[in-house]
Amino acid sequence: MEVFLQQLINGVTLGSIYGLIAIGYTMVFGIIGMVNFAHGDVFMVSAFVALIAFLVLTAWAGISSIPIALLIVLAAAMFFTSLVNWVIERVAYRPLRGSFRLAPLISAIGMSILLSNFVQVTQGPRNKSIPPMVQGEIVLYRHNDYPVTLSYKQLIIWFVTAALLVSFWYLVARTKLGRAQRACEQDQKMAALLGVDVDRTISMTFVIAAALAAVAGTMYLMYYGVVSFSDGFVPGVKAFTAAVLGGIGSLPGAVVGGLLIGLIETFWSAYFSIDYKDVAAFSVLAITLIFLPQGLFGRPDVEKV
Amino acid sequence: MSEPLLSVRGVTTFYGRVQALKGVDLDIHDGEIVTLIGANGAGKSTLMMTICGNPQARDGVIMFAGRDITRLPTHEIARLRLAQAPEGRRIFPRMTVLENLQMGATVADPAMFARDLERVLELFPRLKQRLAQRGGTLSGGEQQMLAIGRALMSRPRLLLLDEPSLGLAPLLVRQIFEAIRLLNQQDGVTVFLVEQNAYHALKLAHRGYVMVNGRITLSGKGRELLERPEVKSAYLEGARLQ
Repeated sequence: MEVFLQQLINGVTLGSIYGLIAIGYTMVFGIIGMVNFAHGDVFMVSAFVALIAFLVLTAWAGISSIPIALLIVLAAAMFFTSLVNWVIERVAYRPLRGSFRLAPLISAIGMSILLSNFVQVTQGPRNKSIPPMVQGEIVLYRHNDYPVTLSYKQLIIWFVTAALLVSFWYLVARTKLGRAQRACEQDQKMAALLGVDVDRTISMTFVIAAALAAVAGTMYLMYYGVVSFSDGFVPGVKAFTAAVLGGIGSLPGAVVGGLLIGLIETFWSAYFSIDYKDVAAFSVLAITLIFLPQGLFGRPDVEKV
Repeated sequence: MSEPLLSVRGVTTFYGRVQALKGVDLDIHDGEIVTLIGANGAGKSTLMMTICGNPQARDGVIMFAGRDITRLPTHEIARLRLAQAPEGRRIFPRMTVLENLQMGATVADPAMFARDLERVLELFPRLKQRLAQRGGTLSGGEQQMLAIGRALMSRPRLLLLDEPSLGLAPLLVRQIFEAIRLLNQQDGVTVFLVEQNAYHALKLAHRGYVMVNGRITLSGKGRELLERPEVKSAYLEGARLQ
């Protein structure tokens, strides 16, 4: 029971990070029908931006207040990562729009390799670590000397994710930009006829996707305290699995899928074998694709045309 | 006569190598209802879409309200208050009726929204009960009303309607045509109407054009065209059976 509770807490934390990344996959897929294979590496880049920002703040600027430092790091990561993703869309995907379907996909794989190699060359191939940003934990429950704890780090991740999801939901459901974005998802030609700048809307989608990934990247860095140039791949593919599991194109699906993948991975590590945790997560991808290809929240197309 | 609101001069359009429009000339003046009739595949919808810049004309000039819009991107043309309810209605199926109407108001002044919404619901009262329903669940007639209503939400100076009567029951067709007449008379909206239902369209319109194979072959006052033997034989035989 104690182990279960503790793993539940850990799983939800990990799942929050996957969920934030998965939203980026699902949004981009929804609007241009492309799996953005570079998204995992965009997440990795954001963790490096956060790392650099953190070191600059603490070493040079001498900011000692952790909450303020964390906020600035978060803002810097969101800004620069959005900029990177905006440029990627401009340079690597937009010129290929209207080309054959695989072209942007191949370009995305190219961007993925470019990003991870760029970071490897400029930042070095080794793991980069930071001193722990946030320490301390709350003991929720103790049984036979086994404490169930919720660390402040985890609490921050939960809180930030929840706050972000609420504002993100508001953006998509209630604002003009969100409406334009959904309209472009459903019928770009019609959206343009109504005065929506489709190119700009697609750019904004990449910016939002990157901002969410940057929050995930900052949280990842804060949680594990270490990041490497290759960290884009595995979390990226797992978040992609989460998006597929939830039903690609569905925003609530991405969040639920992310949580499920996080939980599956953590419970597998706890009860079976930690060496095979990636196998467990990717088996979910295979099983979903075989038995439930539209995903949990995939839209059944009941449209009159 | 004053300068036309919309003038199309020598416009040609290609889909790949296929030439869909072969030099079209056409004028629409402020306050008119102008109709374009022709058989399936004559190029009517292509002309509508070419006016809106998707696809763009290869040759020729399209002027709207004194501006050359031939090379403008579609969304910028929409910002000049040229609205279209296109072929197939193209309702956003997973958005509510209200959201569809809000999308129509993309280029409009937000302060006008409440008033414009009220006017659209006055014209099409059936949409009122459907506001919270998803566009994809509406009937064909309701979708057509929504498509026209959505186009109206931008307060268009020129409204392009592509086959609003297609697939609708005769009673609904009459309602739609009545709404178009009201819009023109009461709100002063200029309308360019593409129709296969030539009889209704020519009776409603001030002027009409006939398109055959990507070219305008006839033009004139609506009632006059109705009497022309070539129009009668080609487009009205079927209509009389209705």
